[in-house]
Amino acid sequence: MKVEQISIFIENKSGRLAEVTGVLGENGINIRALSLADTSDFGILRLIVDDSKKALKVLKEQQFTVSITHVIGVAVSDTPGGLTTILRILDNNNVNVEYMYAFVERSGDNAVIIFRFDDVDEAITALTDNGIKILPSQRITSI
Amino acid sequence: MIWNDDFETLPREAIESLQLKRLQQTVEKVYAAVPFYRDSFDKAGIKPADVKSLKDLQRLPFTLKQDMRDSYPYGLFAVPLEQIVRIHASSGTTGKPTVVGYSRRDIENWTELMARSFVAAGTHHGDIIHNAYGYGLFTGGLGAHYGAERVGASVIPMSGGNTKKQLMIMQDFGSTVLTCTPSYSLYLAEVAAEEGIDIRKLKLKVGILGAEPWSEHMRQEIEAKLNIKAIDIYGLSEILGPGVGIECIEAQNGLHIWEDHFIPEIINPETGEVLPDGEKGELVITTITKEGIPLIRYRTRDITRLIKEPCVCGRTHARIERLSGRSDDMLIIRGVNVFPSQIESVLFNIDGVEPHYQLIVERDGKLDTLEVQVEVNEQTFSDEIKVLQGLSNRIRKDIKDLLGVTCKVRLVEPKTITRSEGKAKRVIDNRPKES
Repeated sequence: MKVEQISIFIENKSGRLAEVTGVLGENGINIRALSLADTSDFGILRLIVDDSKKALKVLKEQQFTVSITHVIGVAVSDTPGGLTTILRILDNNNVNVEYMYAFVERSGDNAVIIFRFDDVDEAITALTDNGIKILPSQRITSI
Repeated sequence: MIWNDDFETLPREAIESLQLKRLQQTVEKVYAAVPFYRDSFDKAGIKPADVKSLKDLQRLPFTLKQDMRDSYPYGLFAVPLEQIVRIHASSGTTGKPTVVGYSRRDIENWTELMARSFVAAGTHHGDIIHNAYGYGLFTGGLGAHYGAERVGASVIPMSGGNTKKQLMIMQDFGSTVLTCTPSYSLYLAEVAAEEGIDIRKLKLKVGILGAEPWSEHMRQEIEAKLNIKAIDIYGLSEILGPGVGIECIEAQNGLHIWEDHFIPEIINPETGEVLPDGEKGELVITTITKEGIPLIRYRTRDITRLIKEPCVCGRTHARIERLSGRSDDMLIIRGVNVFPSQIESVLFNIDGVEPHYQLIVERDGKLDTLEVQVEVNEQTFSDEIKVLQGLSNRIRKDIKDLLGVTCKVRLVEPKTITRSEGKAKRVIDNRPKES
């Protein structure tokens, strides 16, 4: 259920982002979803790719600071209020969201929300106990 | 082990009487042969014959680095050029380099002092010395080379640079002793790790490291990463080159200054007055055996204190404490004195932070700003912004607590701060020069 997300430290310098995506592209790695968190000096690029092990390896070879974090993906119906149901469940169960980002599936029926929690296992229990389906890792990396 | 028992363990009184005799000869010689000294002694109203005790040294005027620049290239030489067998020069980062000439006897003495230093550092006949100090105008390479040969060790004259090849040779030739700058030793460890070489498993046992100030923390890091004893060596080209002083491997506590060749004093860098033994100030050195370019009370700008208590190793020569900075490296940021070494010790006390840092000083309007750039690494990197910001806040707070100066901390990508193959460049001062 857990998805491996690649996180990369990036200084705020022009062209740096393109260097990361360039390395991935040259190695035939496809980006499925991404989010960029930034401060005035640096950013953290978070990526879900089709081959996280390979991505980790090639980025490290190019001297990037990279780590793997476990996140989960949840499908939410692409309609108003869809996200609120999930957030309420998390709130009622005192599960803390570190960050989240969303994208819409190709078919267009569902939005996929990627969540990073303090405690992933606790979050998975809370969500599944309340009938929310967590997407298999395979499903997300092959979107 | 002691290389030269007769001289290295001379009783204090014998050292001092030898120093006085040699000081008097030196003063006579420079007064007669170097116009700069004749003028400066005359201005101070002192004649060579007035030097009757070691205490009289305090009446003699100082020699500054600027005096050497002003007499570029040969103005301070005390013997005719045909008696000079070697010429070195210090890296002139600003303007002309300072030039030093050695007579045949100077080279012989330098070799002797480097041999003493190698043995004090635990090096013997049979060691393989990997000499990565630069060969050339810089005194490091050749100075270490001659001393190592005198001890009877096998010297590999690597010089600086070409790090991967250095590692190959180190592995294949079985180097047991490494001589280079402390920052380069860490760089070697870093490149070794990248190349998949376990540098800890090589035959290296001792590093004789110098030519830039380094902290006790950095020593611990070098000793752990390379699995060696890291010995601090002191020298400056104006006085001799490497081998003015060295730590003994027995104590690793202060650097013995070879007092039968040099007289060390500690002064208040503001007033020039000599401080009592044990107090911290600027190191001033008088050479008492040099022929080529004898220097009277040369201001080294290095900050330290003198330790005259006996050492466990049996050597009687006074020690200087490890340098805590240079008075000209000292940055004044909004009126606060800041030594790069202090920032370094703050970084060392934070888990996972590596000592790759750079200080950028700017002037914003009338205010000085200090930016401390620190590399993020795998250990300190987190996927969460708040953790990284926590790290930079912690660094900022620790610097503020220790130094009383507010700075901006910028986390940068690993290996983006330039690695030096010689002396590390820690400070970039972009403030306009005072006119």
